[in-house]
Amino acid sequence: MMSGDEVPGRMPGELDMQAPAAIALSGISKSFGAVQANRDIDLLVEEGTIHGIVGENGAGKSTLMSILYGFYEADSGDIFVRGEKRKITSPDDAIKAGIGMVHQHFMLVDNFTVLENVILGAEGGTLLKAGVSRARAELKRLEREYELQVDPDAVVGDLPVGLQQRVEILKALFRGADTLILDEPTGVLTPSEADHLFRILRQLKSQGKTVILITHKLREIMAITDNVSIMRRGEIVATLETAETTPEQLAELMVGRHVLLRVEKGEAAPGAPLLTVTNLSVVDGNGVARVSDVSFEVRAGEIVGIAGVSGNGQSELLEALSGIRPATSGEIRLADGEDLARRADPAMRRRSKLAHVPEDRHRMGLVMGFEENENAILGYHRDKAYGRGVFLDRSAIEAEAREKMQQYDIRPPDPRLKTANFSGGNQQKIVLAREMERDPDVLLVGQPTRGVDIGAIEFIHHQLVAMRDAGKAILLVSVELDEIRALSDRILVMFSGKIVGERGPQASEGELGLMMAGVTPEEGEGESAEEAQAEGEMGRASAAEPKA
Amino acid sequence: MDLTTIVLILDSSVRLATPLLLACLAGLYSERSGIFDIGLEGKMLAGAFFAAAAAYWTGSAWLGLLAAIAASIVLALVHGFASITQRGNQIVSGVAINFLAAGMTALLGQAWFSQGGRTPQLGADARFGAITLPGAEALRDVPVVGEIYYELISGHNLIVYVAFLMVPLTWWVLFRTRFGLRLRAVGQNPAAVDTAGVSVPFLRYRAVVICGILTGIAGAYLAIAQSAGFIVNMSAGKGYIALAALIFAKWRPWPAMGACFLFGFLDAVSIRLQGANVPVIGEVPVQFMQALPYILTVILLAGFIGRAVPPKAGGIPYVKER
Repeated sequence: MMSGDEVPGRMPGELDMQAPAAIALSGISKSFGAVQANRDIDLLVEEGTIHGIVGENGAGKSTLMSILYGFYEADSGDIFVRGEKRKITSPDDAIKAGIGMVHQHFMLVDNFTVLENVILGAEGGTLLKAGVSRARAELKRLEREYELQVDPDAVVGDLPVGLQQRVEILKALFRGADTLILDEPTGVLTPSEADHLFRILRQLKSQGKTVILITHKLREIMAITDNVSIMRRGEIVATLETAETTPEQLAELMVGRHVLLRVEKGEAAPGAPLLTVTNLSVVDGNGVARVSDVSFEVRAGEIVGIAGVSGNGQSELLEALSGIRPATSGEIRLADGEDLARRADPAMRRRSKLAHVPEDRHRMGLVMGFEENENAILGYHRDKAYGRGVFLDRSAIEAEAREKMQQYDIRPPDPRLKTANFSGGNQQKIVLAREMERDPDVLLVGQPTRGVDIGAIEFIHHQLVAMRDAGKAILLVSVELDEIRALSDRILVMFSGKIVGERGPQASEGELGLMMAGVTPEEGEGESAEEAQAEGEMGRASAAEPKA
Repeated sequence: MDLTTIVLILDSSVRLATPLLLACLAGLYSERSGIFDIGLEGKMLAGAFFAAAAAYWTGSAWLGLLAAIAASIVLALVHGFASITQRGNQIVSGVAINFLAAGMTALLGQAWFSQGGRTPQLGADARFGAITLPGAEALRDVPVVGEIYYELISGHNLIVYVAFLMVPLTWWVLFRTRFGLRLRAVGQNPAAVDTAGVSVPFLRYRAVVICGILTGIAGAYLAIAQSAGFIVNMSAGKGYIALAALIFAKWRPWPAMGACFLFGFLDAVSIRLQGANVPVIGEVPVQFMQALPYILTVILLAGFIGRAVPPKAGGIPYVKER
């Protein structure tokens, strides 16, 4: 087992001996009620390095960084910044200590301009005028130095997420941050945007800044960090030099047991089409076309993946297919051949053996205040097995819920527990168990592993492949390109409401990334052998960076 | 209709719009900071009562005004405590304040003055009187311009001028100062303000106190400027109309002035038309004319303003996310 003392460097006690670390945490603990989020954490971040922190959801990464940024106060422990002990009890203290943070959910005011967002809290005087012109000059300088191009007068809400993230970085640098914390920064980015972000981070490092990168994507850790700390259940279980570790080792340290990073599956044996979509278009309530003229089919025994950056019409497509939203034009046919496009009736779709795992379990998949067993029958609650007339048969419902919980290893196995008290991965398994155990012919799955631990991801992927092998048609929508590539037998790429191309599972990340950004490469070269081996490093094929 | 009639109606519109405008701007500060305030009505009513009581006892309009502001700030802080510190429901807190003010003013009025909840009639010193602007007398006889200046611009009491000056001042504070930037930000995304190292509660408390000051002035206007004493429930729904005007103005100061003036104008017209003979219809029932501003409010709000998007974080208590 690796441990902290393999770090090249020193433990906090000997800080004064050599050049002090940019950040040193010593004995940090934090509890929320009965939950111990951080337990006696020691961490050293060397100045001028990129330091990765990996761990599963709920391992305590974000809590630890929130403590460093003064958002929460630690119950015990000390923070040293460049060897100097600091008391950080508010973001203001952190900013003064030269720490900046880019949060996972951006802390931006949508209807403000870039400039207004940057100066907020650092206006430099009672009146805005002087601060604004100073900020404008400063932004110019930062833009030159770090490839942080962004129009200072643009309204932030109109900018794509990649640029919004740059605004967040600018905010931190404008406040004079020497150490920049990024919390899951690539979750919302296209591969080429992520590439640009990493160039920026390398640039920051070359200028002597320190970067702390929180992520659950092992590939990013391997590609960009110098050192990596692994967290599990609130503790740092190891800190390693990135060059001397492997993704497999990291995964094992994160989960505490051996994990298969690859999905093992055989060749697909597709049969007859079970879901046929023809020229489907969806216009939303504001008159904006979300899905334009989309046609495809999903056959029995195959997984069709839809890749795309979030917000390119995938959600609306899923909603139209599952009957939550009427299609504006086009046709949706199941095996029986009847066109359902205009009949927005989710209950009817369920009866026609089409099941739907919604993208957002909190908003659509579950009622968080319900007991687990109530969520386990949601949408199927009229089924005869669950009661008579207007009455529910609680014991039958609970017995079935208990059985499913065992089958899907949902923990804790208590059907009476409130759904909100389950972890993200277990909540997702509640939804999956409900939809998959109904033995549907067609399964629509949106973001099956969003916010789910590696261990649970392995399980969920395995279940999906098993359903495919049982001859079901599966449509998988995910913003995780790795997941799409690992599971799909065919990959459709959506951009701006249209399907811009179809590729096989061997398509390279770079190629798919370009398509996701709306750049369609030449048809037909998608499955060449040379691209199949373009693994490992982040999508290098981003020479044709989409316009900013 | 001749010029004199028009000028008189407009003049009366200004007087009727003043309390709406003050309350509307009060609501603007509070709601821009993310604290919905349905309690404008109650704060105005409490302000009116304490203005009249203090002015009666001391004989000073200025002390009356101070008492109004103090009373209104106290209620504003109650609302602030409930919705900022205790993170309670802002609508419930606002409604409670309205009930509290309505009951308390009637009760104290009866206990202190024994005139059925009224305060005694105030003398001239205990009220804000009309101010004649320089040159108004001299210009009085100049056609059109003189008439407009003398009747419409000049001759109002101090609070009317304060209310209208608050409009550019509010605009300036909101869009040209650090406080304004932070105020607008905290109503949209308090987490952004928090992570920028600025205290969300302190900002919101300041906004709520400003709201209290302005509703206090509005209340004082009702009791010791427009009238000569307090009458039970004298705010008569003006706090709600001010809220409607605020939505109508989409939380912006200049349109707020426009909206309040429009509501004031409708009120003025309805008073003017009472008992008047309208062709075809004949004599218009008083009740209909009195209802007219409210009917138009509903119509305007329902269909004629487009989408009014309130400050995004409005009404939602700020809790640091876990």
